Amino acid sequence: MSINRRDFLKVAGISTILGFGGISAADAVRKNLVEASQVMPNPKALVGERWALVIDLSKFKTEADYRRVIDACHNTHNVPDIDNPKQEIKWIWKETFEHVFPEQEDEYLAEEIKHLPVLTLCNHCDHPPCVRVCPTKATFKREDGIVMMDMHRCIGCRFCMAACPYGARSFNYRDPRQFINKEKENPEFPTRMKGVVEKCTLCYERLAKGLKPACAEASNGGIIFGDLEDPDSEVRKILSTNYSIRRKPELGTSPSVYYVLRRG
Amino acid sequence: MLEKALKGGPRYWVWVIFLLSVISVGFLAYLNQFKVGLGITGMSRDVSWGLYIGQFTFLVGVAASGVMVVLPYYLHHYKKFGRITVLGEFLAIAAVIMCMLFIFVDMGQPLRVLNVILHPTPNSVMFYDMLVLSVYLMLNLLVGWTVLGAERKDVPPPKWVKPLIYLSIAWAPSIHTVTAFLYAGLPGKHFWLSAIMAARFLASAFSGGPALLIILALIVRRYTKFDPGKEAIQALGKIVTYCMIINVFFLGLEFFTAFYSNIPGHMHPFEYLYAGIEGHGQLVPVMWLSSILAVIALILLIFPQIRKKESLLAIACIATFLSLWIDKGFGLIVGGFVPNSFEKITEYWPTLPETLITLAVWAIGFLVLTILYKIAVTVKEDAVFDKYGEKQIQTE
Repeated sequence: MSINRRDFLKVAGISTILGFGGISAADAVRKNLVEASQVMPNPKALVGERWALVIDLSKFKTEADYRRVIDACHNTHNVPDIDNPKQEIKWIWKETFEHVFPEQEDEYLAEEIKHLPVLTLCNHCDHPPCVRVCPTKATFKREDGIVMMDMHRCIGCRFCMAACPYGARSFNYRDPRQFINKEKENPEFPTRMKGVVEKCTLCYERLAKGLKPACAEASNGGIIFGDLEDPDSEVRKILSTNYSIRRKPELGTSPSVYYVLRRG
Repeated sequence: MLEKALKGGPRYWVWVIFLLSVISVGFLAYLNQFKVGLGITGMSRDVSWGLYIGQFTFLVGVAASGVMVVLPYYLHHYKKFGRITVLGEFLAIAAVIMCMLFIFVDMGQPLRVLNVILHPTPNSVMFYDMLVLSVYLMLNLLVGWTVLGAERKDVPPPKWVKPLIYLSIAWAPSIHTVTAFLYAGLPGKHFWLSAIMAARFLASAFSGGPALLIILALIVRRYTKFDPGKEAIQALGKIVTYCMIINVFFLGLEFFTAFYSNIPGHMHPFEYLYAGIEGHGQLVPVMWLSSILAVIALILLIFPQIRKKESLLAIACIATFLSLWIDKGFGLIVGGFVPNSFEKITEYWPTLPETLITLAVWAIGFLVLTILYKIAVTVKEDAVFDKYGEKQIQTE
């Protein structure tokens, strides 16, 4: 049987289309099936079902209390120090109470509370809008509740930044490496490249080694880390005995970062 | 048929060279952006989308509006649109190409663009946007090219093209609905979180797109022998009128909900855009310009006596187009980000390189449009009569 060029091209074209379509369809069906398995997990690794933080505002009294926590995080993760506030990168930082909790608006609120600096970071939502909108699964929710970033897959479309109601995400508008102090650089954590989004990853790399998140460790008890699904965890104990608030819970995102004004 | 774009008078070549030079300047600016990053734009942590995404959003509307000539012609057999359907389809092609380029120049890691296909994510609206835009581009290319090719050979278009035309009619609203869903489903962005967003998008698209098409038709008639037809232009004028009224009505609905409910989060973006907040009001003059243009357009459009004069209709269309371009291509995007999640204000204004890149993408779109229109017009000039036996070229 002979085949002329026209017919050959037809068949080739159609098979190519079917081939690509098939791969995509198969991928969609198999979604979440396997993520490449790493090396054998560290037996000391912290394992949880829904990691959370409780931030005790009463433990933050001086500028140094905030600075210690912010530096611990930013130094551990090679977060660049960019002068321009419009295009800076931050994983954990402080804003005043009235800006972190605008829905608590009350003109008679005590001035000291209104202007109290409050640490803010990614809320590792149970229903994260950023994960919902990401077109490449570069941001995804792990089984332990951490909302993760794959900075190698991110295409830099910034849909997640528009979707995040907490302003927790930063975009690398320029190459971040030029803004990292070489002496302070942590060789154990990767630096990023320009054009990708980044944010707090709840120190997944420290949890894997059995360590608490850097912010919690540096906070002198101001930030308590634990598993919300474990009724005996410290975070659950605090939440069951103290009045706590979360940022914008009315949006249905179910944030995993809680704030208490003071612990009883 | 492409060879027809290679023959043209001096005016044609001056225009093409002009577009090419705008493209070259923008391309150099893009090379710089590619090297340095999106830091060369005015975008920020708080306003993370700007002019690029605004243009994308606006142009999806222009693309979708092609259906406003295709639908009356193919579904209602409105003969007068027979000559200009191809102009609508080719405008859609140029618009979709610009849309894709604006997405591309907005990406932080453009070389990873294929990740959207390699890791298809059906829960992301952007996945569907890519899908519907690509299919819409294919449909318009196939339909426009085939039907025009048939006209050149003076034969009826092949039968297989009919189902594709019906599909493209249904497809057009989908591209703009999906684009609206990019915005309308985000928690915490009160300005965008509105059920009427997709409807508003369609209304503004179906006035802005045909307005541009009228201007293009008038230019084509002025500089070529092909006449798109007086009645076709007037019919388009009616479409622009009704859709512009609906668009302004929808905007009014947004104002009502925000201000009668008195919910601060819903009022703030409107206050920022139209009055400024705490001394931040960079967009106020632009937004008022858009409003004034809309009023001028409506006055000129609503009265049939005015609309029937083509010169005044042209002014009305320019006003409509500019008004919507500001409102949707700029204000709508920036307004969504101001105030930010902390109720603080970060303003946005595009930088020079960002503007040059934007102009270059428009120039690419117009180059594609010029080439396609050149082909269409040449074919139409050769076929003296349209398929209904009416003369479609001007006598002198």
